Amino acid sequence: MTVPALEVEHVSFAYGSRKALDDVGFTVPPGRCAILLGPNGAGKSTLFNLITRLFDSPTGTIRIAGFDNRRKACQALARLGVVFQQPTLDLDLTVDQNLRYHAALHGLGRREADRRIAAELARLDMSQYRKTKVRALSGGYRRRVEIARALLHRPTLLLLDEPTVGLDIPSRQALVEHVHALARDGMGVLWATHLIDEVAPSDELIVLHRGRVRATGVVTEIIRRLAVATLAEVFEVLTEEDA
Amino acid sequence: MHYLRALSAIVGRELLRFLHQRGRFVAALVRPLVWLFIFAAGFRSTLGIAVIPPYQTYILYEEYITPGLVGMILLFNGMQSSLSMVYDREMGSMRILLVAPLPRWYLLTSKLLASTCVSILQAYLFLAIAYLYGIQPPPVGYLQVLPALVLGGLMLGALGMFLSSFIKQLENFAGVMNFVIFPMFFLSTALYPLWRLQESSPLLATLARYNPFSQAVELIRFALYGRFEPYAFGYTLITMLVFLALAIWGYNPSKGLMTRRGR
Repeated sequence: MTVPALEVEHVSFAYGSRKALDDVGFTVPPGRCAILLGPNGAGKSTLFNLITRLFDSPTGTIRIAGFDNRRKACQALARLGVVFQQPTLDLDLTVDQNLRYHAALHGLGRREADRRIAAELARLDMSQYRKTKVRALSGGYRRRVEIARALLHRPTLLLLDEPTVGLDIPSRQALVEHVHALARDGMGVLWATHLIDEVAPSDELIVLHRGRVRATGVVTEIIRRLAVATLAEVFEVLTEEDA
Repeated sequence: MHYLRALSAIVGRELLRFLHQRGRFVAALVRPLVWLFIFAAGFRSTLGIAVIPPYQTYILYEEYITPGLVGMILLFNGMQSSLSMVYDREMGSMRILLVAPLPRWYLLTSKLLASTCVSILQAYLFLAIAYLYGIQPPPVGYLQVLPALVLGGLMLGALGMFLSSFIKQLENFAGVMNFVIFPMFFLSTALYPLWRLQESSPLLATLARYNPFSQAVELIRFALYGRFEPYAFGYTLITMLVFLALAIWGYNPSKGLMTRRGR
């Protein structure tokens, strides 16, 4: 059996007395694009902070490519690529310098980093911007650089936390298509969003509301199960009911 | 190899960033130079004819405060990099560092070493200008002061890092300025020798003696004149280790302050 790209089991988390996640569990298989859909405040960012180990998960288990992210944190993080919601590029450095920094943090040597940077930028049609300072790039291009960066160390799992925030429609579409292509190539993807138009019918869907998983499964399957016509209705039905 | 690559990348990034921010570069130099050229000129003969180690003879005030101003560079830079960590965390680039597949203590220590390298660069530039101004310690002092700068820089950087682990927002940096930097600087041997403080207030003198910044300044002062001060060295080393341990604790996802913060 293939090892899932991500396994989340019985994870709960609270900020003081306020419960942010309550017994959350789901799996992202390799080669699948899973959409973590939920309204603002559903717990998506908290879950991402737990997967990336910015927070610790005191209960439950999170495994990335089979590695427990608490007990084998380094192995788990080595197989994880992340695009955070906030911009994380150094604006005063060039695209190349930003990517090199990341490559070194993942232990890639100079020559190997060089090769992979060239390949990733070419894949995103960004080769001509390699020596450009990030400050001079538009929001859409900056996001592409962040995706290239997240892929440099060839992760098993790619996490994207609302990556289309602030992007225009063509950039959003390009990003959605690119990420789906990555999943077709075998990568596991977890994409957090509250925008239903970013979801494809064949995607895996995880609906999170008030810290609890309300539904998991392929989009078309969930639509059929709930006997509704569209994803918008799925969202409405699952996020209206009380916790 | 992975560890070394990451360390050199973190240091390289910090130096590049520093060189790109010319305003910060100039400001970091102007501050101690104003103290040297203006403040110290006004108090030129204030030390009278007292001879205190490591000096062989009585000295002018400018000469006395030069090591203190080097300490000031380390102090301000240590705190400024703590500011940049709060900013980085808000902006997200600290996240990129913390999700690297290396132990967190190593990443934080590397970050600390990187900001110390920037401090040392500034300190030597300041010493070079001071040399032209006539503050000329023995040549060997410039070499011997290097380890003292590394240790002092690490100690103050670790303090800044610890503070940054529980500062929620950028605005709180003004508080750090008022409640940490100024008391640490003025209640130290950077601007006046202990015996002067002792004359006016034994309590303040005691506080200054146990201020880790004082010990870092004395370590730098002695090293700059070719001498080793074991007490100041031991004190600075121990406080550095304590602050570093606290900083690593502060950034630990399960034990520190990260979990309680949320977003």
